[in-house]
Amino acid sequence: MYDVIVVGGGHAGCEAAYACAKKNHNTLLITSNLKNIADMPCNPHIGGSAKGIVVREIDALGGIMGKVADKTHLQIKMLNYAKGPAVRALRAQGDKVTYPKEMLNILNSLKSLEIKEGMVEDLIIEDKKVKGIILSDGTKIEAKIVILTTGTYLKADILVGNTRTRKGPHGEQPSNYLSDNLKKYGFKIIRLKTGTPQRIDKNTIDYSKLKMEPGDSVYHTFSFDLEPSYKIEDQLPCYLTYTTEETHKIIRDNLNKSSMYGALDDIEGIGPRYCPSIEDKIVRFADKEKHQLFVEPESKYYDDIYLQGFSTSMPHEVQEKMVHSLPGFKNAKILKYGYAIEYDAINPTQLQASLETKIIENLFTAGQINGTSGYEEAACQGLIAGINATLKLEGKEPLILKRSDAYIGVLIDDLITKGIRDPYRLLTSRAEFRLLLRHDNADLRLRKYGYEVGLIDDERYKKLIKKEKEIQELKEYMATTHLKIDEETKKKFEENNISLPVGSLTLGNLIKRPEINMKFMCSLIDIPFMENIQNQVEIELKYEGYIEKAKKEAEKMLKLEKKQIPEDIDYDKIKNIASEARQKLKEVKPRTIAQAIRISGVNPSDISVLSIYLKKEYGKDE
Amino acid sequence: MEDTICAIATSSGIGAISIIRISGEDAIPIANKIFKGKDLTKVPTHTINYGHIVENDKVIDEVLVSVMKSPASFTTEDVVEVNCHGGIATTNKVLELLLTNGCRLAERGEFTKRAYLNNRIDSLEAESVMDLINANTEIQRKMAINGLEGKVSNLINSLRADMVEVISNINVNIDYPEYDDVLEITNGVLSPKIKKVKEKIEEILKESENGKIIKNGINIAIIGKPNVGKSSLLNALIEEDKAIVTDIAGTTRDIVEGVTSIKGIPLNIIDTAGIRKSNDVIEEIGIKKSLEAIDKADLILFMLNNNEEITNEIIELFKKVKEKKYIVIINKTDLPTEIELSNLELEENEVIKMSIKENVGIKELKEKIIELYDLEEIENKDLVYLTNARSISILKECLNKISEVESGIENNLPIDILELDIKAIWEELGKINGTTYEEELLDEMFKRFCLGK
Repeated sequence: MYDVIVVGGGHAGCEAAYACAKKNHNTLLITSNLKNIADMPCNPHIGGSAKGIVVREIDALGGIMGKVADKTHLQIKMLNYAKGPAVRALRAQGDKVTYPKEMLNILNSLKSLEIKEGMVEDLIIEDKKVKGIILSDGTKIEAKIVILTTGTYLKADILVGNTRTRKGPHGEQPSNYLSDNLKKYGFKIIRLKTGTPQRIDKNTIDYSKLKMEPGDSVYHTFSFDLEPSYKIEDQLPCYLTYTTEETHKIIRDNLNKSSMYGALDDIEGIGPRYCPSIEDKIVRFADKEKHQLFVEPESKYYDDIYLQGFSTSMPHEVQEKMVHSLPGFKNAKILKYGYAIEYDAINPTQLQASLETKIIENLFTAGQINGTSGYEEAACQGLIAGINATLKLEGKEPLILKRSDAYIGVLIDDLITKGIRDPYRLLTSRAEFRLLLRHDNADLRLRKYGYEVGLIDDERYKKLIKKEKEIQELKEYMATTHLKIDEETKKKFEENNISLPVGSLTLGNLIKRPEINMKFMCSLIDIPFMENIQNQVEIELKYEGYIEKAKKEAEKMLKLEKKQIPEDIDYDKIKNIASEARQKLKEVKPRTIAQAIRISGVNPSDISVLSIYLKKEYGKDE
Repeated sequence: MEDTICAIATSSGIGAISIIRISGEDAIPIANKIFKGKDLTKVPTHTINYGHIVENDKVIDEVLVSVMKSPASFTTEDVVEVNCHGGIATTNKVLELLLTNGCRLAERGEFTKRAYLNNRIDSLEAESVMDLINANTEIQRKMAINGLEGKVSNLINSLRADMVEVISNINVNIDYPEYDDVLEITNGVLSPKIKKVKEKIEEILKESENGKIIKNGINIAIIGKPNVGKSSLLNALIEEDKAIVTDIAGTTRDIVEGVTSIKGIPLNIIDTAGIRKSNDVIEEIGIKKSLEAIDKADLILFMLNNNEEITNEIIELFKKVKEKKYIVIINKTDLPTEIELSNLELEENEVIKMSIKENVGIKELKEKIIELYDLEEIENKDLVYLTNARSISILKECLNKISEVESGIENNLPIDILELDIKAIWEELGKINGTTYEEELLDEMFKRFCLGK
């Protein structure tokens, strides 16, 4: 009997299995295909806006995605540098060969982890508790906890033109019965859809027609623990191209051959709003003359190039014409055609914030099965599910990150509170406290949790304490040190066209001036601290007013988060609550008043009535 | 629950005194901010303190302020009660001041709700509060919707549409940084857009002044030397329509001496008794009292005697009058003309010639008032204005935030930081018609911009 079985070896499954086994719980990772562990079936990048911050958060908590990406990427970039401190994020082009390999190396090094191949089609359920899994050949494997991270493999259908084929992204066998069985146990199942573009032979593209997009010329790492292991000059470039009028004509002329535009009449899945197919783009934005396409390498070790922006479910012969109409792609050879994929997921309002399901005890779910999209979204859920599985085994309270703690907190709260209509992607605009949830402070926000749950070791924790101390010291230094204005200083202000401060200001006051940054200050006076400490203090001082405002808002929400709603509350007994609100509250079963407020369809008056009811029935401490 | 709330606790309308109740953690400091008198943060609990409510050192009202510290108060929180003496218009002004200084307008029954939640009153009482909360919210909601089906609603919606366009564009810039076919919102692009929003808000606020007129009427002061005919004019205005005098609610005996109406709009003729009673000659025109009356009034009827020359005091006083809306009345045209108007620099159309004794000029005066306030228009348009103090304070708050954005643009703050303030304005506006949803923003992003893998 295992402590934990993780079903699925994608990005969620890997993090979940790693967290459990790292903490020495006897863990089984079972996947339908051993070759697909940590596979990247869609785009080749890790990170990006908001998502890059999630990768840092995973690393801060003790997860592995950031480290694996750091060791294997083809290029890395800082996005949004000039747009402000809260929206900066890293994005790396992953190597689809070495990333999974490195991940497998890490997993194989864990003594408590066993990895097996097998198709899971049912669960052993006794008395609303999960006791293990049942494979397609009838084999039963027992475990105390099961984590489902099945990705797009629940009743997956590949859609191309007028064909619908029951298979997974690489043509593998999907799980045919697991989602039906979940339905039988009481889960609401929803059907989603996503798509992917063509892969092109990199040797058949005329790069002179494309615009080159190199990696950054400064070093970056996702991980707080690793030094860069690549060379700037070794990074592989990406390229840019555009659709042409001819491309648009081909698509318009063949529109009814696309699965999504009439070739198939049984489409149920709801596709992501933020990831439309090229057909969608041509139809919805008919007046646009061209659409941008990103040409991205997939690996050093094979020839596939990923054509981001060209996702389609057209038949193969139309795809040939479409690709050849692109500048630089006249003679391009398609190695793999684009397709749409439909799959089953569970409605995530059936989850608790720990990612344990409300319906079956000891059953956790993470990743695309919960309706999200993206490797990073999956990985962070896997990590949280893994951590909370171990905490449950150890009889401890689950780790629940708040919306003001992490993007991970935002993601999970959105899923369980609001539910989803289309596959969920993290966006900067979803985080109301994004000024607190920065790329640069993920370790300061989250390492302590990683340490508490046992994934961050003493040595790394000491490093964090030291960093915190140095930040404090630099702040004090800047608050007490005055800038002496001598001739040389004057000259530097003049050279940089910055007006000279009147009187003797402290460094802390100076840095608040918009035109003065830490780099300039370092040219005036010695600041005896490392660059990362300087950057941290610069942001905290420069945007202090805004940060304080955000913290105040967060505290306000925290007070409401503390007002708990008992699990056994009967919403039918509360008079005067609007019927839509009653139905939503019954569905979501919010654990706190703050969560109840965030449910769409629950109005302030309903919250008042609810608060009063709680007070009356459960006493003053609610 | 942690906000500091305030509301007018007495029923609106009749009564010489209105009480505004403030409850919450910041009740005392907020009240202290607008109070001139003892330092309220230092007075003992359960004391009544005399002083004035001031706005930028300008006295709004003479008040008594009771301070009751937690837990010995109705809500068990810190409670301050302001006894206003200045009638409904002044009380509203005090309320507005509190709202702009950090209070939130209490929902109906909210004081009672807090009292209950803080164990101050028992559950039986609370049951009735519960009904109250629900019933009233429903009506309030409907009222809010009804109140917004007008020009203002459209203006606010178009304002929010302008803003969501900018916000979603910035968010797309952030979340899809490499899409070069999406307009990059820089501070330069932002600046005119923000200016446009600012102008629209200012326009709405201006319009809402009209709303106040519909709701509260026009406060009129009759200013002039003793014996110029002020009482006669007051009587002439009121005599005409006695029935209305008794019908109009919302006036108080305290400052309003008489009420009449034109085109359904109440004219509150405010007390200038001090001036009338002053029995000395020229020097004792009662400058001080007149200035106070001018301050309180929306419209000044400046009365001159056709039979007398103009004095320097009159010229001085008229300079003050000119800061407000005014109509110059030359009374006693039945007597020989001694007056020389050139010193006052008047336009022909600002002057009404009148002889109250012979009933000449009253009709013209009324027509003048109608013209001045466009009352014909108000009557015909059937406009719904933003009249409640809450919406107005939200809009003023938005203007403050816009100034912050503008100075941020000037200081070259990154777009990320500016967006926080812009989004806050958008959310704030949404509170007026209750339609702020995050989903709205996301939908907008993906509707307007072509993105994806």
